[in-house]
Amino acid sequence: MNNLVILPILIPLVTGILLIFFNKNIPLQKWISVIASIATIVVSAILVQTVFTGGIQTLEIGDWRPPYGIVLVADMLASLLVLTASIVSLTCILYAFRTIGEAREKFYFYSVVQFLMVGVFGAFLTGDLFNLFVFFEVMLMSSYVLIVHGGTKVQLRESIKYILVNIISSALFVVAVGLLYSVVGTLNMADLSQRISEVGQPGILTVIAVLFLIVFGLKGAIFPLFFWLPGSYQAPPTAITALFGALLTKVGVYSIMRVFTLIFYHDTEFTHGLISILAGLTIVVGVIGAVSYWDVKKIIIYNIMTAVGVILIGVATMSTTSITGSIFYVVHDMIVKGALFFLVGAMAILSGTFDLKKMGGLIRNHPVLGWLFFIAVVTIAGIPPLSGFVGKLLIVQGGLENGDYVLAGVVLLSSLLVLYSVMKIFMNGFWGETKLSVTEEKGSTKGLILPIALLLSLSIALGVGAEWFIPYFNEAAETMMNPSIYIDAVLKE
Amino acid sequence: MKTNDLILQTVTKIIIFLILAFSLHLFFAGHYTPGGGFIGGLMTAAALVLLLLAFDAKTVNKIFPIDFIQVAAIGLLIAVLTGIGSFFFDVPFLTQTFGYFDLPILGKTGLATAVLFDIGVYLVVIGVTMTIIQTIGEDE
Repeated sequence: MNNLVILPILIPLVTGILLIFFNKNIPLQKWISVIASIATIVVSAILVQTVFTGGIQTLEIGDWRPPYGIVLVADMLASLLVLTASIVSLTCILYAFRTIGEAREKFYFYSVVQFLMVGVFGAFLTGDLFNLFVFFEVMLMSSYVLIVHGGTKVQLRESIKYILVNIISSALFVVAVGLLYSVVGTLNMADLSQRISEVGQPGILTVIAVLFLIVFGLKGAIFPLFFWLPGSYQAPPTAITALFGALLTKVGVYSIMRVFTLIFYHDTEFTHGLISILAGLTIVVGVIGAVSYWDVKKIIIYNIMTAVGVILIGVATMSTTSITGSIFYVVHDMIVKGALFFLVGAMAILSGTFDLKKMGGLIRNHPVLGWLFFIAVVTIAGIPPLSGFVGKLLIVQGGLENGDYVLAGVVLLSSLLVLYSVMKIFMNGFWGETKLSVTEEKGSTKGLILPIALLLSLSIALGVGAEWFIPYFNEAAETMMNPSIYIDAVLKE
Repeated sequence: MKTNDLILQTVTKIIIFLILAFSLHLFFAGHYTPGGGFIGGLMTAAALVLLLLAFDAKTVNKIFPIDFIQVAAIGLLIAVLTGIGSFFFDVPFLTQTFGYFDLPILGKTGLATAVLFDIGVYLVVIGVTMTIIQTIGEDE
């Protein structure tokens, strides 16, 4: 019994409901959103520390013992992701204050953002497959609203695609859950894991595992299921894209991590081999897209895919080193992708376009923005003192220990091309001839620097203080490598 | 052309009470027999839709001067608060309890806190359904 576990879900839920009543009073909405987000961050930080000192925290909702009731499980992985997601969501809300516009704000924008967070936190914390589906839907419904919110033509077109793809993947999710239930007869993850290890994952369960990979792959945009991502993420305003890019695909990735380390880990040669091949191809497609575009938002969107691929390679390798690396990389990537989207959004606000060829020389009038972008570039490429380095190092190390030289090579080479793609933005956008003088600029960066600086300082802290944070990530990896820890914590035999 | 829908309007005035009574019956039946908040809410919304069909949106707005988005929000709030209520009794979230009480007219009645949660569901269903129908209906 520990109601602390539900607080990260409950706070945004209550906030979202309250904000419906005050939709005309924008200052009040902003205050409530910020206070609630800070409260969520505090609560999730407490949760991380509690899990670190006291082991896995569970909450049996409605006082029903698992596997009969729904159980919320906060292990280290889930609580770390909840903490990171709550920080990113606070910065997105701060960024939206300046950029989203009054018309959108009056139409329940902040409310929907809170409901999106309910879905994300719920998906991280749940210990039940069908409940995971429900939280996916909570998250997706909110994302449908956010993607079409404002009703511009491009948003309408892309939201149709986005909704179609996600409805199909949700239907597949239900089918997969139904099949799994008919074979194993339970939906609680710990109970599932235990029963599957008793029968040793025969062929039918591997088929279901691949079906889950397809479902979560559609949500997380892995090759060849990424086709919806570039267009859909292009359409909404930058604050919303940042929220999506930092959180939504990561929920798909988290689900793959969870399902393939906790439930389907008995036929690793096939399932994890498949994941590693797909992850490698995802990286390749991601860097090709990132290198080829001259649209700043598109470049960052393709970088999401590269990151997803890198994370999944760590998962597919299935060694403690590489999984620690994966978890570190997820956390790092959520933070830095948010910051990058904010940065290109600020560039677009200044120059009035997302086309890189029409920008130039921004650093003369905006040195702070320029150097923040440089820090983000260095971080995302994985250069030593910063946070991208540790994760990638561990993933490559794990790959080499396992003898996956090709995959380790792909990860290393992708870093180079990712560096090239974001450096291209830096060199063309910030250096060179100044195309717009201060008076010609289309907007100001007032209030945009704060959320960017918040995220980047966190990223620097994560990289420089890696020694201090690593015990947390190690504990998370430990739990993932030994499903029995999770099962014992939930079922408490 | 002005159509004469006297029959429709007269029948509606009678039928609507039957439908509302039936929806309440379905709502309270949910714990022991088929029914519950969802189907009860839909049935209530159906009664309101019948009013919308027989009269026009303006008249219905005059009879029920309610913002249905707020109805949905209130419903959500009630449902969440029943969960939060469990915090004060030091039990897990959404734990429900029930007991038997001797009520003045009904006699010995079983009262469960799950009904409070169901009231939330009932209001959300009415709110959402009516918001959808009214928004589409008033759209030019």
